[in-house]
Amino acid sequence: MNLLDPQGPVAAANSTILVDSVFIMLAIVVPTIIAILGFAFWFRASNPKAHFQPDFVYSGRVEMVVWAIPALTVILLGGVAWIGSHQLDPAAPVPGTGSPVRIQAVSLDWKWLFIYPDQRIATVNTLTVPAGAELNFQLTSSSVMNTFFIPQLGSMIYTMNGMVTKLNLRADNEGKLQGLSAHFSGDGFPDMMFDVNVISPLAFPDWVATTAKSNAVLNEESYKKLMQQGIEKGRPAYRLDDPRLFDLIATQHIPPGPGPELASEAGRSHSGGHDAR
Amino acid sequence: MLGKLDWSAIPFDQPIPLIAGAVVLVGILAVLAWVVVKGHLPYLWHEWITSVDHKRIGVMYILLASVMLLRGGSDAIMMRIQQAVAYQSQGYLPPEHYNQIFSAHGTIMIFFVAMPFVIGLMNLIVPLQLGVRDVAFPTLNSVGFWLTATGALLVNLSLVIGEFARTGWLAFPPLSELSYSPGVGVDYYAWSLQISGVGTLVAGINLVTTVLKLRTKGMNYLRMPMFCWTTLASNLLIVAAFPILTATLAMLLLDRYLGFHFFTNEAGGNVMMFMNLIWAWGHPEVYILVLPAFGIFSEVVSTFSGKALFGYRSMVLATMAICVISFMVWLHHFFTMGAGPDVNAIFGIASMIIAIPTGVKIYNWLFTMYGGRIRFATPMLWSIGFMVTFIIGGLTGVLVAVPPADFMLHNSMFLVAHFHNVIIGGVLFGAFAGFEYWFPKAFGFRLDERWGKLAFWFTFFGFYVTFIPLYVAGMLGMTRRMQHYDVAAWRPWMLVAAVGMAVLTIGVICQIMQIVVSIRNREALRDRTGDPWDGRSLEWATSSPPPVFNFAFNPDVRGEDAYWDMKAHAKQQSHEHDAPEYHDIEMPRNSPTGFVCAFFATIMGFALIWHIWWMVVLGGIGAFATFVVFAWRDHDEYVIPAEEVAAIDRVNLAERRDLVSMAGTV
Repeated sequence: MNLLDPQGPVAAANSTILVDSVFIMLAIVVPTIIAILGFAFWFRASNPKAHFQPDFVYSGRVEMVVWAIPALTVILLGGVAWIGSHQLDPAAPVPGTGSPVRIQAVSLDWKWLFIYPDQRIATVNTLTVPAGAELNFQLTSSSVMNTFFIPQLGSMIYTMNGMVTKLNLRADNEGKLQGLSAHFSGDGFPDMMFDVNVISPLAFPDWVATTAKSNAVLNEESYKKLMQQGIEKGRPAYRLDDPRLFDLIATQHIPPGPGPELASEAGRSHSGGHDAR
Repeated sequence: MLGKLDWSAIPFDQPIPLIAGAVVLVGILAVLAWVVVKGHLPYLWHEWITSVDHKRIGVMYILLASVMLLRGGSDAIMMRIQQAVAYQSQGYLPPEHYNQIFSAHGTIMIFFVAMPFVIGLMNLIVPLQLGVRDVAFPTLNSVGFWLTATGALLVNLSLVIGEFARTGWLAFPPLSELSYSPGVGVDYYAWSLQISGVGTLVAGINLVTTVLKLRTKGMNYLRMPMFCWTTLASNLLIVAAFPILTATLAMLLLDRYLGFHFFTNEAGGNVMMFMNLIWAWGHPEVYILVLPAFGIFSEVVSTFSGKALFGYRSMVLATMAICVISFMVWLHHFFTMGAGPDVNAIFGIASMIIAIPTGVKIYNWLFTMYGGRIRFATPMLWSIGFMVTFIIGGLTGVLVAVPPADFMLHNSMFLVAHFHNVIIGGVLFGAFAGFEYWFPKAFGFRLDERWGKLAFWFTFFGFYVTFIPLYVAGMLGMTRRMQHYDVAAWRPWMLVAAVGMAVLTIGVICQIMQIVVSIRNREALRDRTGDPWDGRSLEWATSSPPPVFNFAFNPDVRGEDAYWDMKAHAKQQSHEHDAPEYHDIEMPRNSPTGFVCAFFATIMGFALIWHIWWMVVLGGIGAFATFVVFAWRDHDEYVIPAEEVAAIDRVNLAERRDLVSMAGTV
C-alpha cells in the first residue's frame, strides 16, 4: 500500500506532486535548520570568538530576505497546488483503453458494496477491475461517513448518505491491491479493508460472466439485510436485480442504515460489531 | 428519578477503567484527607479556591493542565501499545474501548491540556508584563477557570460512570447522532465542551480586555512584549471562534435531545455543514494554541540571547497576519469531500500563505540569536528544540495543504504525525519552555536544571522516535484510528513508535522528578532578586513570587524591553533611590462565585448527560442564583494600607539593589 509505489496515473501524479513539494520545501528547510543549530552553537555564551552585537535588532535587508524566502516558496508551491488541483480533480475522467467501467460504491456498516450497474453484478469487500480501463466511481454511504481509498491508485473521497461523490481512477498493472476506509465510522471500521483485483481486460468479461451466475441476488431486500451493522469476513458476490439500486440508496428511497440495536444497558450501547466478533 | 442512570452504567466488565478510576479516586480521597487532617482546608479555600488573583488562577490552570496531561498521556500509551500488538489480532483493547480512548485522548489533550496550559501562562504573566495589578475582570477569571475544571471533571467521570464518545475528538455526525451513538458518550463529550467552552470564552474576553484597556503608563501597543501581542491575537481568535463551537455543539445536542435534524441523515440534515462549522472553529483553534507558544519562544530566545527581539515590528505584523488568515483556511480539513478544484486550490494556497508569517517568525528568532550571547538554560533548549521540530511540522503541514498530496494523506497516520509534530513540537514545547522560564516568578525558586535538561532530551528524541514512524506508516497507506490491522508493512513502524512512546514517558518522569527535586532543594534554588534570568520585561521587575498587588507603583515604561531599560538606567544613575512615597492599594476581594457556579454547572452537566431533569433544574437555578448574588454584591474591593505596601516593597528593593549593581553590565 506504499504511496510511493503507484499503480495508476492518478496515484503517480499525486505522489509526484507530493515528492516534488517536499523537495521544494527541503531546499529552504534544511539550510534553516542548519543555520539554527549553527547560530546557536557559534553564539554560545562561552565562545570568546563570537562577536556580541546586542544592537543588531533590525535590518531592512534581512527583513526583506526573510519575508521573501517563504513568500517565493509559497508562490512556487501555490502554482503546484493550483495546477495540481485542476489536473487531478477527482471528478475529472481519466482516459484509458477500452470502454469505461462504471462502479457504484456504497459504504455500509462495516463493509464495502461495489455495484457494477452495466454488468448487473455486485460484490462485497472485493473490487475487481480491468487493467488500463477508465474507472468511473459514484459513491455514497448507507449510513455514516466513510472515505473510499485505494492508496496505490490515488485520490480518496468521502462517502455520505443521501449524496453522491465522484471519483475517477485507472489501474495500470495487473495484480492485487488493497483499499480501505480512511474515515472513522464506528466499531467495525478497521475491518473495512477490501481487496482490489486488477485483472487483464481480456479476463474481465469472464469474471463478470462467472459472477453473474451467482446464486445470491442483490435487491432491496437483500441489501437491507446487508446494511445491518456487522463485519464481513467473506467475499460475497451477487447478481444485481435492479440496476437502479444505487440511485434508490443515494436518494434515500431506501432509508439510511440502522445504528446499533437498542442499548440493553443504560448509557453503554452495544453494537453489532461487538456481537459479530 | 435518576433518568438513564442505574448500576449498569458502571463498567464492571471492564477492569482497566475501573482500576484506573479506583486508583484516581483513592488518590483524590487521600489528598483530601491529608488536607483536612492537616488543617489546610481554610488555607486552600481562602488562598486558592476563592482566589481572584490572576497569578493563583494561572497556577491552578497549569496544575489542571498537568494533571490532565498525565491522563491524556496514559491514553496515548494505551493506544501505542494497542497498535503495536494488534497486528492480525484484536490486541488487548476491544473496539468499543479503544475508540473511547482515542476520542478522549484528542479531546483531553486539546481542551484540557493545551488550552488550560497556555491560558494559565497568559493569566500568570500578561498582567505582570503589562505592569498592571490584575486582569480586567478578576472574578470572571475565576469563573472561567472553574468551568474549565468542570469540563475536565465530567470527562474523567465518563471513565467510570457510563462511557465516553467513541466518535473521535470532533464527534462527526452522523456517527455522533442518536441513531448511531445511542449511549451517553457523545453527551459527555458535548456537555463537557459546552461548559468548559463558556469558561474559555470568558477567559478570552477577559484577556482581550486586559491587553486593550489595562496597560501601565507608557506601555503603548508597540512597546508591549511579544507574549502580550500573541496573547491578544490568540484571545481575539478565542472570542471569534469559540461561539462557533458552542453553536455547533448546541445544534448537535438539539439533534440528540429534541429530535432536531441539523446534521442527521434524515429530514434534510446536512453532515457537511457540521464539518464546515466545526473546522471554522477548529482551524483558528490551532492558532489559538500555537500563537501564545510563539510569544513564549520570543521572550525566551530574546532573554537567553541577551538581545532584544530581532525585527519586533515584523513579528507583530506576522502575529496579526496569522490571526486574520487563520480564519480563512478551514476548508483544507476536507479537501476530499468532493469540492471543485477552484475551491480546493484557493483554500490550499490560503493555507500556505500562513506559512509566510510563520516562516518570518522562525527567521526572526534565528537572527535574534545571531550576535547574541546564548545561555543554554532549559527554556532555551526547549526553544531551539521547537525551532527545529516545528520547521519539519511546517513542511509536512504545507505538504498536506497541496490538495493532490492531501488526496493521498488525508486522515492518514502521516496527518496524525503532522499535527502531533506541530502541537507537541510547537504548543507543548512552548508550554514547557514557559513553565521552566516563569516557574521562579510564580513560586520564588528555580527548577533543577539537570532534571530539566534530561526531561528535554528524552522528550525531544522520544518525540522523533514516536512520530517519524507514524509519518512512514502514513506513506504506507495506514489510516488513523485503526483498532487492529492485517498489513505486515505497518507492523515494524508501530513497534518503533511504541518504543518512542516509552522514551517520551521517561521524559515525563524526568519532568516530575525535576519538580520533586526542586521543591526539596528550594532553599538552594531560591530566587531572591525576582530576576533570575536577567530578564527584559516587566514581570521581572517585581519580586518572586510577586506580592498580591504585583507592583507597589505602576511602572513607567519608556521603550521596548521596559525592565531592561530600567536596569540600564538605574545603573547609570548609580542606583540611588529616593525613598518612595507609598499609597494605599485597592485590590479585588476573593470570591467563591467561580467555584460555586462551577459546582452547580457540574451538577447540571451530569444531570443533562443522564436525563435527570429535576437535577438539571436544580443545577441551572443554582448557577444562576450564584451569578445574581454576585451581581448584587456591595463591596468587591479591599484596601491594602500604604504601610503594608511599603513593608513588602522595601524587602523587594533591598534584594534588588544588589542585583541592579550587576545588571546592564553586558
